[in-house]
Amino acid sequence: MSDQSRSGAAYWKANLRLVVICMVIWAVVSYGFGIILRPLLAGIPVGGTDLGFWFATQGSIVVFLLLIVFYSKRMNKLDREFGVHED
Amino acid sequence: MDLKTLTYLVVGATFALYIGIAFWARAGTTGEFYAAGRGVSPVVNGMATAADWMSAASFISMAGLIAFMGYDGSLFLMGWTGGYVLLAMLLAPYLRKFGKYTVPEFVGDRFYSQAARVVAVICLIVASITYVIGQMRGVGVAFSRFLEVSVDTGLYVGMAVVFVYAVLGGMKGITYTQVAQYVVLILAYTIPAIFISMNLTGNPIPGLGLFSSTAEGVPLLTKLNQVIGDLGFPKFTEQRRSTLDMTLYTLSLMIGTAGLPHVIVRFFTVPKVRDARSSAGWALFFIAILYTTAPAVGAMARLNLTNTVQTGAVGSPEGNLSYEQRPQWFKNWEKTGLLKFEDKNGDGRIQYYNDKNKEFAAKAEGFGWKGNELTKVDNDIMVLANPEIARLPNWVIALVAAGGLAAALSTAAGLLLAISSAVSHDLLKGMFNKNISEAGELMAARISMAVAIVVAGYLGLNPPGFAAQVVALAFGLAASSIFPALMMGIFSKRVGAAPAVAGMLAGLGVTLVYIFWFKGWFFIPGTEMAANVPANWFLGISPEAFGAVGAMVNFGMAWVVSRVSAPPPAHIQELVESIRVPKGAGAATGH
Repeated sequence: MSDQSRSGAAYWKANLRLVVICMVIWAVVSYGFGIILRPLLAGIPVGGTDLGFWFATQGSIVVFLLLIVFYSKRMNKLDREFGVHED
Repeated sequence: MDLKTLTYLVVGATFALYIGIAFWARAGTTGEFYAAGRGVSPVVNGMATAADWMSAASFISMAGLIAFMGYDGSLFLMGWTGGYVLLAMLLAPYLRKFGKYTVPEFVGDRFYSQAARVVAVICLIVASITYVIGQMRGVGVAFSRFLEVSVDTGLYVGMAVVFVYAVLGGMKGITYTQVAQYVVLILAYTIPAIFISMNLTGNPIPGLGLFSSTAEGVPLLTKLNQVIGDLGFPKFTEQRRSTLDMTLYTLSLMIGTAGLPHVIVRFFTVPKVRDARSSAGWALFFIAILYTTAPAVGAMARLNLTNTVQTGAVGSPEGNLSYEQRPQWFKNWEKTGLLKFEDKNGDGRIQYYNDKNKEFAAKAEGFGWKGNELTKVDNDIMVLANPEIARLPNWVIALVAAGGLAAALSTAAGLLLAISSAVSHDLLKGMFNKNISEAGELMAARISMAVAIVVAGYLGLNPPGFAAQVVALAFGLAASSIFPALMMGIFSKRVGAAPAVAGMLAGLGVTLVYIFWFKGWFFIPGTEMAANVPANWFLGISPEAFGAVGAMVNFGMAWVVSRVSAPPPAHIQELVESIRVPKGAGAATGH
């Protein structure tokens, strides 16, 4: 295995780890807090309703946006660390 | 100036702007026609993607759906935004690195199979045509309501405008036109919402107003729950759909969003892999401005509508609005047939309540009510009538007309481009005439765009009866065939041609059969095998939500077949390795 492909494999592994973390958060805020776990969060009031309603209508969208920003920044850093960045 | 003149002026000015941009950004090469020369900055691409994605349905219908579905409507909010996380992390950067022009081209190359490419082309064309019918219809309806011309005339004008800027400019023209359309549509959506939110809660940001208190000091949502609850309607914040169905419906919309080709190709237009990731973030940012406003518009419009009709105590004879005293906006919308009143008990007053709620219907009988008298309240009224309900100046109403048209036209253009590039690039150049010259292919792309516009226009003029139901089909197709194929193409080196094709056909087959089972074979009325009611659904999963199951079938089938078939050849494994790293993306452009 050449150096190039070894660093490629390590880069891919680091990328996958990051994706899995982000995907877990993605699922928890939308399907979790927004839908399935909503009854558990029913006791937490938010502006005339409960936290689950907030996550379903707005909270999850805000978290999605933060996730993409976080992922992009981390990936730009990983690209440089493993020397696979463009130009 | 009267409203009609003002509307003509505002809509005319936006159209002149779109066509002006098209002349400035006309495409000279196939690279510019298919991918805007790959020189679009991530912010600009994000804005164009947002306009491309937000259709007439997002602009006109979504808030109305939420107004009547309440909490359940949030499946659209999460579903149509959550897909961007998948795009940013699982698809966009890798497809950009691959560096070709169309989604079927990736599928065909990665799975070294013309059959896979053809399946992808068919899915793309069916999903895109399905969608474009609704947009063309939206253009016609918006014209007829605001400019008082017939739906058909409106549609011809819309077709002519798209024709000029899409045929001339291709992806390059569409991109910059979509930026202008985004600005028009977001202003048109948020300005009325800000005023309504100010009126009801004193908070100028509608998304925050939704969770604020009204002038009486009661939270808006508590008040809404109580007002509609008093009339026998289910609470706004209450879940009505089953949890499994709601979860799978949301998932179908998310993976459908990530699999729709007209959205994916927008990520081919940025210069770098890095830009593909960040432009997904920008796209979601621009979309979120509308999507966090929509639930507020829905809730506030529902409260305004209910309060307009139910002016006093429930059950007291004077508690309901007298039909003679109905406001002007009520009269305007009655003329369109989207709002209908029928005086069932002959008292000259409007009773609006839930007569399907048996307990409340019994009580209503005691008041002398004989059924709900607002026999039709179309979802679309909620956004379109908002400026009139809030008594905003005429220029805001004119702006909403322009916004609705911008939303429909921008999405139509994106879809038409996806269709025409599949025809000219995947079918013509990819299969029938591999040696076609650059100029010849560009001409073919323009001709297929023109034909696509004519076909879409014809279907918009003569909409098949199933136009409303086929959106489920478009998402089902994208979710059950395109998305899994792309994901396996990037994340697995083990999946070759046979597993991919088997997976796509299995996922697609299961989803199609399930949709047709409840909605009729090819949507022909009378051919459905069972009534489309929750009791008949498999595990209570609605046909709209079945795309997620189809995707799982696709993945499962591909996995099984990949265990018993040969792994992809070495050069394909190298291709997969190369798309996983950003380095060298600039060089991979072209053919």
